[in-house]
Amino acid sequence: MNYSDSIDPAHYAKEQEAIFKHSWLNVGRVERLPKKGSYFTKEIAVAKASIIVVKGKDGVVRAFHNICRHRGNKLVWNDFPNEEVQGTCRQFTCKYHAWRFSTEGELTFVQQEEEFFDLDKDKFGLKPVRCEIWEGFIFVNFDDKAEPLNDYLGPMAKGLEGYPFHEMSEVYSYKAEINSNWKLFIDAFAEFYHAPVLHVNQATREEAEKLQSYGFEALHYALHGPHSVVSSWGGMSPPKDLNMVKPIERKLHSGLFGPWDRPDIEGLDPLPPGVNPGGAKQWGVDSYVFFPNFMLLIWAPGWYLTYHYWPTSVSSHTFEASLYFVPPKTARDRLGQELAAVTFKEYALQDANTLEATQTMISSGYVTEFPLNDQEILLRHLHKTARDKIKEYENA
Amino acid sequence: MPDTATKTGTLPAEFADLEKFSDWCLATEPERYGKRLNSTMAQMQEFYDAGMARIDEAMDYLDQFPLKAMPEDAKALMHLMQSLVTVSFPIECWKQPRVPDSGAAWLTITKEPVV
Repeated sequence: MNYSDSIDPAHYAKEQEAIFKHSWLNVGRVERLPKKGSYFTKEIAVAKASIIVVKGKDGVVRAFHNICRHRGNKLVWNDFPNEEVQGTCRQFTCKYHAWRFSTEGELTFVQQEEEFFDLDKDKFGLKPVRCEIWEGFIFVNFDDKAEPLNDYLGPMAKGLEGYPFHEMSEVYSYKAEINSNWKLFIDAFAEFYHAPVLHVNQATREEAEKLQSYGFEALHYALHGPHSVVSSWGGMSPPKDLNMVKPIERKLHSGLFGPWDRPDIEGLDPLPPGVNPGGAKQWGVDSYVFFPNFMLLIWAPGWYLTYHYWPTSVSSHTFEASLYFVPPKTARDRLGQELAAVTFKEYALQDANTLEATQTMISSGYVTEFPLNDQEILLRHLHKTARDKIKEYENA
Repeated sequence: MPDTATKTGTLPAEFADLEKFSDWCLATEPERYGKRLNSTMAQMQEFYDAGMARIDEAMDYLDQFPLKAMPEDAKALMHLMQSLVTVSFPIECWKQPRVPDSGAAWLTITKEPVV
């Protein structure tokens, strides 16, 4: 593989146009909009956009460009225009001249309207952004001619339908500024065999040595159009032998793979056909890459994790991760989830730091060819898809 | 006259032995993680040893209450147990407060369920 696609600013500019202004981008879950009038803003620097996602009085979730139609002020923000905000409101009022917009995007009030002489308010509603929902995940697309979301997500997503995502509303979210190209972090999470090496000290010594001696193999790989999936086994949840895990895990019955005891909800048995696509008995986790920048990890013990990689330049991005659990009923359940969340952070810090080192070295340009093995097929696919999208866009 | 100013601890009376670690009764992740980074391994080892010895009883005690309606002293015990999870990594894995090889990397929690 050649990493020119991750270090060249001109290539990044093409990705901004060809990929991020024309692909479906996930901006979160419907649970973030619990009521009519609930909204959040999302800064999407890579598409030079700020959007408002809002549930209208009719219960419909819509997205709009976050700009007042009067003089172009950013419409929804507090104190710092670049910080994302959320809340609930009856209408949006511009800070500048108090133009008001309904939660459905209509212009409803103009200060000193008569001085605009026959202003047709119907023509100055908020500018909409395509917004569609799949299984509670809200996606937007800046291309009005883009194919419908379900067609874009294709059969890989179809196979996950029915998974009880909506039951898992206990959320832990993290954010990090990462000094690497956005694709490099996806690369890091698109194969699992780095884990016994990079994260060697997180397992007990015997387990780590055993893994390194025979090498780690994932269970299943598949490419679906621009998207892809890799499944891994997960012998630690619960472990076959309690001596395989650390003391705190033995106490709390939890760890990297999550709490060992399955939550008591519908929809986990049987699982939708796309979950554990290889049908492996020792299945532990599926990691789905939805092109371009959204990853979904479904863990055997009944919880899920999302990653988003929002580019801010050719060599930087904002990384977001959220863990979703079924709300715990007891302190014991809650502490098990706490351990899973804390463990996640310990791993992610190691992964994140490795990336900056990679970005610096590939940018030096002294070495330009890098061999990938078979387990790294999702990486090749991501970089190839990204390049193909640019070609497709330029040829259109 | 009876002494009405009996000093009450932060934690439930059954866990008075853990009272000396009550500065670890921290409700949020940034506070717990920050205290971990600012503690010595010896301090955390002492807390870890004492906490792990009582964690089973602590969970039995806490499970009497609904998670969303815990009395204040039980809540403090819950926060102490959450800190125990936070220090378990330095003690059980890293032998240092920071995650090794994490350099300048920093992860901010932006949403967490606070007990």
